[in-house]
Amino acid sequence: MMAGAANTRTAGGWRRWSGGLFVAPYLLVFALMLIVPLAVGIRLSMTRGDLFGIQGFVGFGNFTRLFADPVFLQAVWNTLLFVLLAVPAMTVIGLALALVLNHTARWAAVLRAIFFASTVLSVTVVTLIWRLVLIPEGGLAAVIARVIGAEPVAYLSEPALALPAVAVTTIWWGIGLPMVLFLAALQQVPRDLYEAAALDNASRARTLLSITLPSIRRTIVLVVVVEIILQFQLFGQPQLMTGGGPNNSTRPVVMFIYETGWKQWQLGYAAAASQVLFGMIAIVAMAQYWFSSRREAA
Amino acid sequence: MTEGATQPVNRISLNGICKRFDALQLFDELSLDVHAGEFMVFLGPSGCGKSTLLRMIAGLESLDGGAISIDGRRIDQLPPGARNVAMVFQQYALYPHMSVRENLAFGLRNAGAPPDEIARRIDDATRRLEIAPLLERRPGQLSGGQRQRVAIARAIVKEPAVFLFDEPLSSLDAALRARTRIELAQLHQQLRTTMIFVTHDQVEAMTLADRIVVMNQGRIEQIGTPMQIYRRPATLFVAEFVGTPRINLVAAQVDASSGRAVARLPDGASVATGIQFAAPPADGAMTLGVRAEAIRPVAPAAGDTDGTVRVVERLGDRTLVHVALADGTLLTAEDRGDSLLQPGDAVGLTIDGNAAHLFAADGAAYHAGAQ
Repeated sequence: MMAGAANTRTAGGWRRWSGGLFVAPYLLVFALMLIVPLAVGIRLSMTRGDLFGIQGFVGFGNFTRLFADPVFLQAVWNTLLFVLLAVPAMTVIGLALALVLNHTARWAAVLRAIFFASTVLSVTVVTLIWRLVLIPEGGLAAVIARVIGAEPVAYLSEPALALPAVAVTTIWWGIGLPMVLFLAALQQVPRDLYEAAALDNASRARTLLSITLPSIRRTIVLVVVVEIILQFQLFGQPQLMTGGGPNNSTRPVVMFIYETGWKQWQLGYAAAASQVLFGMIAIVAMAQYWFSSRREAA
Repeated sequence: MTEGATQPVNRISLNGICKRFDALQLFDELSLDVHAGEFMVFLGPSGCGKSTLLRMIAGLESLDGGAISIDGRRIDQLPPGARNVAMVFQQYALYPHMSVRENLAFGLRNAGAPPDEIARRIDDATRRLEIAPLLERRPGQLSGGQRQRVAIARAIVKEPAVFLFDEPLSSLDAALRARTRIELAQLHQQLRTTMIFVTHDQVEAMTLADRIVVMNQGRIEQIGTPMQIYRRPATLFVAEFVGTPRINLVAAQVDASSGRAVARLPDGASVATGIQFAAPPADGAMTLGVRAEAIRPVAPAAGDTDGTVRVVERLGDRTLVHVALADGTLLTAEDRGDSLLQPGDAVGLTIDGNAAHLFAADGAAYHAGAQ
């Protein structure tokens, strides 16, 4: 009896840990590529460093400096505003396109391909296209403005319009991903649910609200979280379209990190800004996830 | 009972229905009447069009021609929700994110029913189907049988003119299917509402139906009561499709010169049938159809023909004996439950000519008794 119990315990212990062997390769890569850089970054953010290496430990000095830096605070505000402009629009437009194009007809397949096509372009091509569209002398936006009898606007030179213009560019560029995610989700909704709803006298609006949206709720959460994470990392579009201007109105946090770290070589300061961005993304994504999973449980 | 209002209403007429799928003409001028309060079963193999026909009545498939009406009111141009029909789907189609109560209330709310009326109907349906304890659960938390009941309750609360069932028992296990079948029969007796039930299972059709519509490749082969379908199949297809074990079909030479047809089997044996012909086929080549219960094993040389037992299937109450005749023709005969026959035994067979059917080359059937 005793020996048997001991054997079982040993076997159980082996069984409990043998599974670890299977996940060990991934855990190793995960630790090396993510945990270690994160730890190094946190350590770096508490130092003063430059081109020649770490010069000294400054504790939370970089962080107190950041929160007194008007350029950084402007960059945080710009980034938040950009996420607020881009993510809801991406989600709503992506869903609307998916609803319209969730069709077996040929025209729907062609339009799906067209709307997705912009996603495969590189940021340099996208920003080039949109600078040509938005240019006040002869750009498409200017031509349209003249047709409807308005004065052409220099969108990228107006502090109040530059960030929305970057947001429109980004939506045009990135709308393919939410659209295909929503399309995939819509095609998973069983057809007989719609037939049951039709027999239950549900209007189109009622069907959308009571059948379609609840059925693809997980995908809506996924799209919002993915887009929040993506759009917080805004960099290429303002870098190529506005250079952060006019008057810092389009400078996002990543551009601040890039300029501080790789142009001014304040590595510790840039690392601290990276930690703040990481914290912002984590908080917003987790809040969104917590909110939606709580509603699901209710 | 003297009141006209207590009589069941809701007669359904299908008139000249046409339906095409690209090149395939599924229905060509199909017409059918379902009587008020009737339990009608559409029976046929996969792809015969029975589900399509049901979905056309529900408004889930369009018509390429013809008209559907309930009590003379044309419904085929109305949207599904305005037809006053309720449907139970094969996979139930319960709304997964709604509780059972919300599932039942959804259609009534959409139709603008007042809350106390909705509560009364839900109460009534849940009591009938004994699902009151499940009201606050989601469909994902229910077993297959419970989902089935909820799906039926969702149809009942609408108090529709017609219930449509699209193979609702096919996803249940055998024991539950038998129980639900009985409950559906009881439900029909209580409600007396017109019901149309689609199935490919002839046992469901035979046990539930007031009348059966046997369909094949978009055509109606026969409409009749279960016993009419079984005893007097209108075509070779109906005879083959209905009945377990499958009816024995044997090529036969028919001689009708003496009034009643005599069928000569391939092994040379003669079976005197009760069938009278107005005009037998010129060459006399027909198919003889005899169900297993009309063929009895007897002592060798004591029956109409002789053969060798190949397989014995003991079903408890009866025994199916598969017998090979001298020329190799296989016949299934029925013996008592305590039959002593073994494979390899020589047996004689008596064939009840009055229960035999003859089928012409075009599938038309002839039976004993009045034609």
